Amino acid sequence: MNEQMQQQNKKLILRLMAIIGGMFLFAFALIPLYNVFCDITGINGKTRGQALYQNVEIDKKRVVTIEFLTNINRGMPWAFGSKVKSMEVHPGELNEVIFYAKNPSKSEIIGQSVPSVSPGEAALYLNKTECFCFDQQKLMAGEEVEMPMKFYIDTDLPEDITRLTLSYQLFNVTDAVNAAKGATK
Amino acid sequence: MGDHHPTGFTRWLYTTNHKDIGSMYLWFSFVMFLIGGAMAMVIRAELYQPGLQFVEPNFFNQMTTMHGLIMVFGAVMPSMVGLANWLIPMMIGAPDMALPRMNNWSFWILPFAFFLLLSSLFMEGGAPNFGWTFYAPLSTTFGPPSTDFFILGVHMMGISSIMGAINVIVTVFNMRAPGMTLMKMPLFVWTWLITAFLLIMVMPVLAGTVTMMLTDRHFGTAFFDAAGGGDPVMFQHIFWFFGHPEVYIMILPAFGVVSEIIPTFSRKKLFGYSSMVYATASIALLSFIVWAHHMFAVGMPVAGELFFMIATMLIAVPTGVKVFNWVATMWQGSLTFETPMLFSIAFVILFTIGGFSGVMLAMAPVDFQYHDTYFVVAHFHYVLFPGAIFGTTAAVYYWLPKWAGKMYNETAGKIHFWLSMIFVNLTFFPMHFSGLAGMPRRIPDYNMMFADFNMWASIGAFGLGLTQIYFLVIVLLTLKNGKKAEDKQWEGASGLEWDALPSPAPYHTFSTPPKVD
Repeated sequence: MNEQMQQQNKKLILRLMAIIGGMFLFAFALIPLYNVFCDITGINGKTRGQALYQNVEIDKKRVVTIEFLTNINRGMPWAFGSKVKSMEVHPGELNEVIFYAKNPSKSEIIGQSVPSVSPGEAALYLNKTECFCFDQQKLMAGEEVEMPMKFYIDTDLPEDITRLTLSYQLFNVTDAVNAAKGATK
Repeated sequence: MGDHHPTGFTRWLYTTNHKDIGSMYLWFSFVMFLIGGAMAMVIRAELYQPGLQFVEPNFFNQMTTMHGLIMVFGAVMPSMVGLANWLIPMMIGAPDMALPRMNNWSFWILPFAFFLLLSSLFMEGGAPNFGWTFYAPLSTTFGPPSTDFFILGVHMMGISSIMGAINVIVTVFNMRAPGMTLMKMPLFVWTWLITAFLLIMVMPVLAGTVTMMLTDRHFGTAFFDAAGGGDPVMFQHIFWFFGHPEVYIMILPAFGVVSEIIPTFSRKKLFGYSSMVYATASIALLSFIVWAHHMFAVGMPVAGELFFMIATMLIAVPTGVKVFNWVATMWQGSLTFETPMLFSIAFVILFTIGGFSGVMLAMAPVDFQYHDTYFVVAHFHYVLFPGAIFGTTAAVYYWLPKWAGKMYNETAGKIHFWLSMIFVNLTFFPMHFSGLAGMPRRIPDYNMMFADFNMWASIGAFGLGLTQIYFLVIVLLTLKNGKKAEDKQWEGASGLEWDALPSPAPYHTFSTPPKVD
């Protein structure tokens, strides 16, 4: 193999290695990319942060059914649910649902609930002015709480959506929180 | 020049010769094919009747997982790399692969990678049991301890494939004989060049995915863990961004093989050479924008389903061009039906059936019914067994005279073909029906109503397994006392390997580049 060809090979290999390195990083970049994409389009059912209820018109003609689902993740001993299982609401109207949680265990536990809306594209139109999912909850052994959640549905909700489901998955994040605290100490 | 080469074990350990490395790849993939096949036999034995007979469900899941991983990464991919090693330098008039030492390394990584993967079968907690697609959280939160061996194994085989792909690209770009322009290259070289680009684009993404799994499992990250703000569905998006191009990595070289064989036995030039090249490139490009058709059922918005559905169906167009060209090549040719041709024709017919079920699966509304059923199993086995594996088998029969200088027994080859043809259909065709009727995949037990379909499939699978052992016997007998092959064994063949080289091909070929007009 002559010198010139070796040079050529080296150049090509370096270019290919750059593609390979780039694609490896791209795999990690996909995570923020997907998240940004879903934030803009609101298609993966993740609701946004706290909304304000100001000058919202109420559309009395439309009725939307909203159902509440609660699930408890593995390793979480709490009881967790909503007082009502479903509501019929008008878009634009501010509604309140009470959720309850109880820690029946003998130790202090921190919980974090993660909301998800189905169908996914409805997530953009579900505005929460108050939600326990914005913070973590710390319950002492045996403690019980009622947690209000206030929301309204945007009047721009697409016509074909007449029923949506809001689900909360409750996670036990005690270890993660304590580990993070340990790390900052 | 001459035919001198080192002898003994160190010949194989230290070799940088593309023919030696090609042979090692092919033998390695055949061993893996038998191991993965043995696992398929366990699966089919358990499914022969409803109820639990032989293995417990957890071991059954380990078998489906390992069968998939070994067949994809151990059997199909290395066999294609083996063909590339043997054929690409001879086809483009190069003395060897461009990077021979790396070539040696990329082969010798593989036995260790699969040793890691297979050793997990004997570990406490068993082998990976989450399916070859290793969806989170099954593989992260709930994976057995041996999952880490799986992760390391995938890393190593990924490195091996990436090095193989770099080698192919550099060889094809820089080592062609004078006069061998890109559009004069045999189609096998073209399909492999495009495959190599797919490999360097997506294998790093797979490596990234398993790295994220590893850090999720052990280092407190939460890429795929909803409790920490991650998203398990994200895993599927990233996995299938690798996974869909991966299925074309497995099939494109087989497209190239039949595009060499069908013209030879039709005694005509390949119909529509340049459209074949463009069709292959379009398939490869489209494969990057269709990944979510594997996950229609996760709850995507209608716009997303429509996009992925239409993009997927678009792939049927270039694939249709290819099938049309193969048929048009045979049209009005003087056909003879030697074993490689039989396997190639079966490839065209059965791969097209697999393509049709693929179009059915591409339709989002009906996919909700087919998703995760045996219909999917039928579909991908139709494109992989009569597709990738028939393609490789055809290649072995076609080029064995050139590689070994010896001719296989034609009658034996035909028996091998007809048995494979009957049993492959008996195995996988009933799965369409059980799938449409609702039998889910990856279960060790099933409803009584699927009993007959499963019995047929199991009988077919046992026959298909034995037939492949017969293939091994044919190859061994050929190597031992096959008739001497002619330099140009197939009168209709064309290409440098037939026209410019004797049979068997000498250890060193094209030390001075051939002249190509």
